[in-house]
Amino acid sequence: MTPSQDLAIELRHISKSFGLVRANHDISMQVQRGTVHGIVGENGAGKSTLMSILYGFYQADRGEILIDGKVRQITSSRDAIDVGIGMVHQHFMLVDTLTVLENVMLGAESHALLNKSSIDARAELQKLADEYDLGVELDAVTGELPVGEQQRTEILKALYRHAEILILDEPTGVLTPQEADQLFRVLRALKERGVTVILITHKLREIMDITDTVSVLRLGEMVAHRNTVDTSVEELAELMVGRRLVESSFSRVENPGSRKGIEVRDLTVIDQRGKKRVDNISFTVKHGEIVGIAGVAGNGQSKLLEVLAGIAQPSSGDFEIGGYQCKPGKPLNPSRCRALHINHVPEDRLKLGLVKAFTAAESALLGYHNERQYSIRGFLQLKSIRAMCARLMEGFDVRPGNPSLRSSTFSGGNQQKLILARELEKNPEVLLVGQPTRGVDIGAIALIHQKLIEMRDAGCAVLLVSVELDEIMALSDRILVMFEGRIVGEVKGGDADKTQLGLMMANAMEQAS
Amino acid sequence: MNTSAVPLPAWIEVVLIPLLNILLALIVAGLIMLTIGVDPVEAVAIMIRGAFGYDEAIGYTLYYTTNFIFTGLAVAVAFHASLFNIGGEGQAMIGGLGVGLVFLLLDSVLPTLLLIPIGIIAAALFGAAWAFIPAWLQAYRGSHVVITTIMFNFIASSLMVYLLVNVLIKKGSMSPETREFEPGAWMPFMHDFLAWFGFDVTRSPLNLSLVLALVCAFLVWIYIWRTRWGYELRTAGFSEDAAVYAGIKPKTVVISAMCISGALAGLMAVNEIMGVHHRLILNFTAGYGFTGIAVSLMGRNHPVGIIFASLLFGVLYQGGAELAFEMPKVSREMVVAIQGLIILFSGALALMLRPWVVRIYLMLRPPQVQAAS
Repeated sequence: MTPSQDLAIELRHISKSFGLVRANHDISMQVQRGTVHGIVGENGAGKSTLMSILYGFYQADRGEILIDGKVRQITSSRDAIDVGIGMVHQHFMLVDTLTVLENVMLGAESHALLNKSSIDARAELQKLADEYDLGVELDAVTGELPVGEQQRTEILKALYRHAEILILDEPTGVLTPQEADQLFRVLRALKERGVTVILITHKLREIMDITDTVSVLRLGEMVAHRNTVDTSVEELAELMVGRRLVESSFSRVENPGSRKGIEVRDLTVIDQRGKKRVDNISFTVKHGEIVGIAGVAGNGQSKLLEVLAGIAQPSSGDFEIGGYQCKPGKPLNPSRCRALHINHVPEDRLKLGLVKAFTAAESALLGYHNERQYSIRGFLQLKSIRAMCARLMEGFDVRPGNPSLRSSTFSGGNQQKLILARELEKNPEVLLVGQPTRGVDIGAIALIHQKLIEMRDAGCAVLLVSVELDEIMALSDRILVMFEGRIVGEVKGGDADKTQLGLMMANAMEQAS
Repeated sequence: MNTSAVPLPAWIEVVLIPLLNILLALIVAGLIMLTIGVDPVEAVAIMIRGAFGYDEAIGYTLYYTTNFIFTGLAVAVAFHASLFNIGGEGQAMIGGLGVGLVFLLLDSVLPTLLLIPIGIIAAALFGAAWAFIPAWLQAYRGSHVVITTIMFNFIASSLMVYLLVNVLIKKGSMSPETREFEPGAWMPFMHDFLAWFGFDVTRSPLNLSLVLALVCAFLVWIYIWRTRWGYELRTAGFSEDAAVYAGIKPKTVVISAMCISGALAGLMAVNEIMGVHHRLILNFTAGYGFTGIAVSLMGRNHPVGIIFASLLFGVLYQGGAELAFEMPKVSREMVVAIQGLIILFSGALALMLRPWVVRIYLMLRPPQVQAAS
């Protein structure tokens, strides 16, 4: 590419450090107008920092940003909007209780009086919606909309502010495959009308699907620029990780035998607000098999996992886990679970799985502080706790392998490995796993998957909850699909088909047939 | 730049920054003194001499320090469970009530060797009981412990007035106080104690409660960082969800943390009632319970930090009193203002200087190349 081309964005030698940590180092990048440009990299490679610099949340220590060929100082999101940059964050920046129209107008009202502004906005939005096939009901309350539509609201918000450049941060993480397809149709329509799109993702297939060009970040440095047609998933993965990855595929278990690890009967959970989170479900997990629960986030999987782990209590129905009959009046609790060799890798590792302010050794003790080898007459046995943590770190390749470091200083992947190590080392009879690889580097994912398969082969009953369909499909011997608290489908692991699962996740099977 | 994520060596964090904070407070205090025509250097010299210059001064300084160690530890224990116990004042009053009731009944019956431990236990139990009620309300009824402990200070204060005016008052007395306890129930004064070993020091209110305070500081350290109960306390304090996941009951932690906190606050009465006044009087807590919050903040909720912060406040109280006495231009209120500045800079603004310290630290140290985050 030569500078004479029509560039929407050009970054020159951007560097940014946080204290001693170098988040971005000497990054240069050019994006042509009217193209879709992908940025890939592992967690912690510096993608988010780079986009935050472009959107004015951070200032670069060195380097310049050129928008439409002119050097720009972007010191706030206001500046970014002024030069035509719009951003759709991974976690939406919407007020749930406002309508779509109000959310779009918020902060960009054209008049002092709301009524007049909303008439203007409605006309403008109708035009945008028609032009880009971005249909969202403007008077719907945002919080009640499906995530796909909330995301379209975010895009409308950016376009309403005259964004010429649209940055999307991990946009498909919360979408079903069908919703993702619809998003990509919108992005293509935007591109045809000259909007420049920057797509940040760790899903390489999406990059191959939709982008024109792609940049790869690794450890804060830009390691490659490619035209998408000239590259492949394999090459990109290798560039991201810095080494060749072996695609692993696992054997399936067809007939796991008859011993049941988990048996759930007519289980219903109603939350404090009176909403049914888990709706009358029944299933079994046998020893020596992995049952995966697929579903878009927020369809009751999390609650189910909490109930089985003794953290939340069921409203009706009963279940048997690890030989323990749990009924109303005979509740399960996390300590009893551990005593029964039921181990739980929680979905939200920062909230439940460890304590950020603790040292790694203290986090490795979480849940086991009453065991005799770690506390004698109430006194913590620091030496054996440290030794235990060091052993876990070695077994699961946690880096840096220092038990005295604060848990928060480890990367997400290493935190997750430490939690998995803690739970898997106890040789569980039943293993409950939530989002085992969320925010984990590609390199660590393979290790985690391998360990889960080993647990299964050792005769453990494994219940896996994940929003990553690829993960569910790679590991599960059977797949259950949850939608609005119900189980809406069951598929054998070997027969799973992404489209079919996607339709089930959106509960479109009945409607379609 | 987000400097709060940058780790600093321990000596900068726990020594340099607190010293800079105190220095800054003294500079501001000095400017105020200049405006009223007082030489700040001389004033500081008087304060330090007033706090350490002679036996009696040291005695007074350490006597104040003892109170602050108890109330500071009380705040710190609750704080590690992420609870803000503002009720140290009331818990100390009720602790004093416990000492008073027990001694009025037993002081002529039992020997000293029994009376002193019984008095200590009574102070701790009564303080703990007073903290238990807000703790229970927080754990099982969701009433915020900050609000209830504040209200319990007022209730304690009114209860003490009622009891001392109507029930426990010494017959024929005009002032609201009990009869004096028998000398067998007194916590030995330090000057008497040292005299047994042949050391001759001037009389002061300092008594053996200081030793008790230091023992408590050590026990609190053991409890929080070396026992599984302390581990449960910290886990629940940092993250209730993680505590539930780990099989810890957050409600139990709330109650045990508050009771220990209340017991420590109650022990302040050992110093005041058993050690100095030898009778139950009104308002012997004199705000030490509240100052404990500043002490704990300044000591970073760590027993060692709390001991040093208590000493600093002891110096401010004793040296400040001397200053007001020696320099007529410096009023009692002025001394309170100086104390306030130190609390402001070391407590509320404790982290104000940190970003600059981090920048200077990074400038002096060439950045090392690390993995990006």
